[in-house]
Amino acid sequence: MNKLSLFSLLILVVRRDLVLAMRRRADVLTTLIFFVMVVSLFPLGVGPEMDMLRKMAPGVLWVAALLASMLSLGRLFSADYLDGTLEQMLLAPQSLSVLVLGKMISHWMVSGLPLVLMTPVLGLQFDMSMQAIAVLILGLLLGTPILSMVGAIGAALTLGLRGGGVLLSLLVLPLCIPVLIFGTGAVEAVTSGLSVSSHLSLMGALLVLALAFTPWVTAQALRISME
Amino acid sequence: MAINWFKYSAPTTFYGLAGKLIPWFAISAAVLCIVGLYIGFVVAPADAQQGEFYRIIFIHVPSSILSMFLYLIMAAYAAMGLIFNTRLSSMMASAIAPTGALFAFISLWTGALWGKPMWGAWWVWDARLTSELILLFLYLGFISLHASIDDPRRADRAAALLAIVGSVNVPIIYFSVQWWNTLHQGSTIKFTGTSMHIAMQQAMFTMLVACWLYAITVTLMRVRSIILERERHTKWITELAEVKA
Repeated sequence: MNKLSLFSLLILVVRRDLVLAMRRRADVLTTLIFFVMVVSLFPLGVGPEMDMLRKMAPGVLWVAALLASMLSLGRLFSADYLDGTLEQMLLAPQSLSVLVLGKMISHWMVSGLPLVLMTPVLGLQFDMSMQAIAVLILGLLLGTPILSMVGAIGAALTLGLRGGGVLLSLLVLPLCIPVLIFGTGAVEAVTSGLSVSSHLSLMGALLVLALAFTPWVTAQALRISME
Repeated sequence: MAINWFKYSAPTTFYGLAGKLIPWFAISAAVLCIVGLYIGFVVAPADAQQGEFYRIIFIHVPSSILSMFLYLIMAAYAAMGLIFNTRLSSMMASAIAPTGALFAFISLWTGALWGKPMWGAWWVWDARLTSELILLFLYLGFISLHASIDDPRRADRAAALLAIVGSVNVPIIYFSVQWWNTLHQGSTIKFTGTSMHIAMQQAMFTMLVACWLYAITVTLMRVRSIILERERHTKWITELAEVKA
């Protein structure tokens, strides 16, 4: 067998996980439905005044996205762990970090991207302006991959533990706070007529940092959990 | 004569050393605490703007400082345990965590007590309060991850990785929260001199040292318990006088 280049390896892992996800579409849909449901609960909880809802919208959408991504993180490694695939991945001569990065990317495409695509509809429910929705989507596009990548560290550390789901949220949510702050801050800036570039640049910087470090850290966490 | 620097890095020898050190740290912590509280509550004058309420800083400030430093020390010990595979470092990390969490909690609690008369609210979403709360969450995450893994070696290593990731994140969280909102008064003690009364400084400094000594005392006591628990199957534990009795 000839040695795969890193890039084709990455494509291979992403494609494999996407195929697996498409075979079990219910999982993907539950995350999306959860997101829509949590967002729709807020107007019921706080009342239908449009002024307040418009102000709350970015925070509500971001928190809901955070919770939805926590919900789907448990599945990131567990299926592969249970059927022994993960062990083979650890033994593989290829870089584990690249394999992990592939899994992160496909996790985002399955659980993060649908949320982003759903956001315009939910934004209209909250009477957000077009400009605010555009910034919110841009922020979510930059931010949700960070949630998948930071979350993967937690998912790897809690692999196979009892009560892993709740523990995972406890570990990962505090680490995701900067993403939440910059994401909602960008929308707030655009609605009050300020420039959004600082918030979005910082978010982009976080994304680059996460891309550089989290695959390697997650690979180490997997090795700790699997030994 | 070559000194063996690593003599006390083994749980066997450190257990005895910690036992000998604990009374000294405990007594000096108690004495300094009494002295610090006496200066703080009796000697130091009332503040010009804040009246008597400001006295809570003698507990609030040391516990805030300790909660932050202890996280870094904990992460450093955890990293040492992960890198050099030394058992004692990991034990120290898990012994520090509850004390750090306690100080973070005390700092939030006393902050709330101070906030009510000063700001008129128990809690405000100010940058420092929020980052202290997040620090408490990080401690709780470390403790609960450690507690939910049965194998102590895996628990040590997993929690160590989390502590390292957390400590890399602390500055990012701190500055993001800083930009998000700020209301807290700035630090009074600066490297370029201070506007504080001398008795206030003395009380604050004494309390800070007392809190450090207290933290060291309880950490050593806890690490001794952890050593006893983890090494209970070894011969040297069964030969200890307190175990035989």
